[in-house]
Amino acid sequence: MTGKMYDVAIIGAGHNGLVAATYLAKAGQKVVVLEASDRIGGAAVTREFAPGFKVSSVAHILHALHPKIVSDLGLKLETQPIGTSVLLPESRSIEISSDGGKTGTSIAQVSAADAEAWPRVMARLTKLATALGAFLTRTPPSPAIGANDLQTKLALAMFALQLRMLGKKDMLELTRILTMNVADLANDFFESDAIKGLLSLDATLGVYLGPRSPNTVFNLLYRLSSYGKHGMGGLTLPKGGMGAVATALEQAARKAGVEIRTNAPVDHILLEKEMATGVVLKNGEEVRAPIVASSADPQTTLLKLVQPGNLDVEFLKRIRHLRMNGCVAKVHLALDGLPEAWKSRAGRMVWAPKIDYVERAFDCAKYGRVADKPALEIVIPSLTDAGLAPAGKHVASILFQYAPYKLRTTTQDEARRQVLERTIDTLDLLAPGLRTRILGSEVLTPHDLESQYGLAGGQWHQGEVTLDQMFFLRPAGQYQQFRMPIPGLWLCGAGAHPGGNISGAAGANAAREILKSLKMRRAAA
Amino acid sequence: MTHVQHLTPFLKKTPFHPCIEPLMHGNGWIRWMGTYSPAFFDSVSAEYFAVRTGATVYDVSPLIKYSIRGKDAARFMNFLVTRDITKVKPMQAAYTAWCDDDGKMIEEGTIFRLGENDFILNAALHQLHWLHESAYGFDVAIEEVSERFCGLALQGPTSRDLLKAMGVGGIETLPHFGIMETQVQGKWMRIDRAGFTGDLGYELWVKPEDALWLWETLFRLGDPLKIAPIGSQALDMVRIEAGFILVDADYIGAMHAIRPTQRESPFEAGIGWAVGLKKDAYFVGKRALQQEKAKGASRHILMGIEVEGRKPAHGAFLYSDQAAKHEIGLTTSGMWSPILKKSIAFARVPPGYAKPGTEIWTEIWYPKEKKIERLMARCTVTNRMFFDPPRKKALA
Repeated sequence: MTGKMYDVAIIGAGHNGLVAATYLAKAGQKVVVLEASDRIGGAAVTREFAPGFKVSSVAHILHALHPKIVSDLGLKLETQPIGTSVLLPESRSIEISSDGGKTGTSIAQVSAADAEAWPRVMARLTKLATALGAFLTRTPPSPAIGANDLQTKLALAMFALQLRMLGKKDMLELTRILTMNVADLANDFFESDAIKGLLSLDATLGVYLGPRSPNTVFNLLYRLSSYGKHGMGGLTLPKGGMGAVATALEQAARKAGVEIRTNAPVDHILLEKEMATGVVLKNGEEVRAPIVASSADPQTTLLKLVQPGNLDVEFLKRIRHLRMNGCVAKVHLALDGLPEAWKSRAGRMVWAPKIDYVERAFDCAKYGRVADKPALEIVIPSLTDAGLAPAGKHVASILFQYAPYKLRTTTQDEARRQVLERTIDTLDLLAPGLRTRILGSEVLTPHDLESQYGLAGGQWHQGEVTLDQMFFLRPAGQYQQFRMPIPGLWLCGAGAHPGGNISGAAGANAAREILKSLKMRRAAA
Repeated sequence: MTHVQHLTPFLKKTPFHPCIEPLMHGNGWIRWMGTYSPAFFDSVSAEYFAVRTGATVYDVSPLIKYSIRGKDAARFMNFLVTRDITKVKPMQAAYTAWCDDDGKMIEEGTIFRLGENDFILNAALHQLHWLHESAYGFDVAIEEVSERFCGLALQGPTSRDLLKAMGVGGIETLPHFGIMETQVQGKWMRIDRAGFTGDLGYELWVKPEDALWLWETLFRLGDPLKIAPIGSQALDMVRIEAGFILVDADYIGAMHAIRPTQRESPFEAGIGWAVGLKKDAYFVGKRALQQEKAKGASRHILMGIEVEGRKPAHGAFLYSDQAAKHEIGLTTSGMWSPILKKSIAFARVPPGYAKPGTEIWTEIWYPKEKKIERLMARCTVTNRMFFDPPRKKALA
């Protein structure tokens, strides 16, 4: 059966798929987006998990959505900037916000030196991260001779210049810290366990690494790169949950003329004469398009959707060996009111009391167990967005670090139970009595994130964000320019440069490269 | 007891060893894949002439053999190797190369297709790791079966008569690169009509316990047909005449090249004819090979040369001119061919010189009376198959 002919078929209606689709449609391409599930948005989704209680099911804080994408696509989003509460024992906390004075006073309860150091250190880290962030929306150069066009070479030159313009001191500092571990960095600049713990969690969220693992500062900088002009300028909560981002993207896509089909799981990519010419859906329907762009992760795309025998051996091995061991579980709680201390905490709360606490939590994951004492990132979105819970009630959205995808002996059911129990045990210490307010709950282990949201390996970023899997090595050397070895097949998801978070940059970058290739093909014809 | 490991004999013996050992007058043992293997028995030139005039046996048991079978075996083999396997029917063999991602040769060897989805791959070097890596996603079982059977290459113009004398039914109709399985005196035997000599010849595979029987039968019945055992040195001479390349002699296998630039594509190694660019399936390295072909990016091509004079020219520099101003490449294997009465060699020449009939020059250094002499010899580029008698492929 041969269906309609499109210019581009995009696999997956996650945010990157939608961003790529919209850019391509705006440039005049006839685009179809094929989504396996019944929802649009991928990991940007709001879902009801208990009657009347809704929550951002996967990603719950928006900080990386690129401002250029917001303006290019005309996205209308209502977002609430939030701060961070670093939880201390006995219901106390350090309140970190954009208000420097208040933040300083708050940090001073644990350390005057840290209160003084905080704005200075964070400003410098953010400055370095912002310099790196310039490359988020550029195409990484290829090491292959002759593979880079003028635009890419120019971008690299500008990038190098920008790094150089940081000045000698900052550039040296960047080279010093880029590959090191966050524990050493935290000890360099701070003395209080609470601040060091906060950095430890921020630097390890979403990677299978502990605070003492090398490379974690890079992950921190990656996160901070969106705190400046290359992101939302800080942490925000979108009104209506993360699903609002998906809805805004869907509207922009439809307005641009993109056709979106849900419940259209792709079985495999159609190859003719060793070129991608469309996709075949699970029901046997063929959707033809000379360009197939997959926003699924590289492993799903290249190991499952491309049938065996079409890709070279060493390349496939590289893809098989991508580190994809997700280690963050998601816990959602429906709460009958909040403890007094939490009623004012509309931002994110972080429970990572010291470096060793996070490191020990990682130790469990390292040996294939759910962390005994987890580090937590907690958001009560219903405090700023009353629509998410019935009147007087609240929802808590919690990241549980670490619950590894690869478990040694724990079964999935056990893991789910352990995550919930250990979350509640931890919360009950921080806010006594919270346990009695729980009306309903949901746990999503990395396995659940894989089966329900299509995140392979339960990895939030379609492959860990570490130096060896980033930039011109994402997803693999020589294949960093979104073009896969099979002509006509492209990657446009977070598995391609620049990686994860709800940012849309990978989709935008891929769309730009696809359009460039079309222009070159037209010029050649 | 000794702590020096090499003082304890550690080489394995093939099932034919008890037959070979008493004939080994020259003590010409070498190590091949961890087994004792004869380099020569007594006189290399006698062994050489035996291949071209009688019937010879060479123990090929140390070859590495892989069994590849399963639901996807045919599709997998077509993906693994450069030849179009769909054109190789069951009970046929085919010579082919297999490449890495960049289209550089890992090795070349012979595939035996025993059934629709049942293959044996013979290789000179261990490949199991690569085979397993390549098989990702295919439903195949890959197993090394090197010691499950043993074999003798029976090569030479009287080899068929010998098999007839043994009572092998149907040997007259076995075509070049054909395979047959048969029972001889109640013993299972697989016979393929291939070899490394470029002459009429067969490879006989039996179970290890039947090795002594096979040797004894061949030598008993083969006496009037001038049967003789040969070693690898004589084999090396006949394979050069036949134009067959050898890994690490004429090209460097991609997996153990020290520098990536040392690797060679099948086009460069002179077996471009074994690359099925037109086959209707992808194979490892195909995109790279297509590009090499389209861009004319082969750096050189391994051709044959006939060298004036009698001096063998192996590892010799090649020039476009007699004055040796413009160097164009090197020879790999080279020898004086007693039967052709010519000095022949394999020459790595740029594609522009790869046309038969092209005149090039080689610089040969040779020892003479305690001195080293230099000679510039005129060469003619030829097809590499210097010796190709009709009997190689002819039916009886």
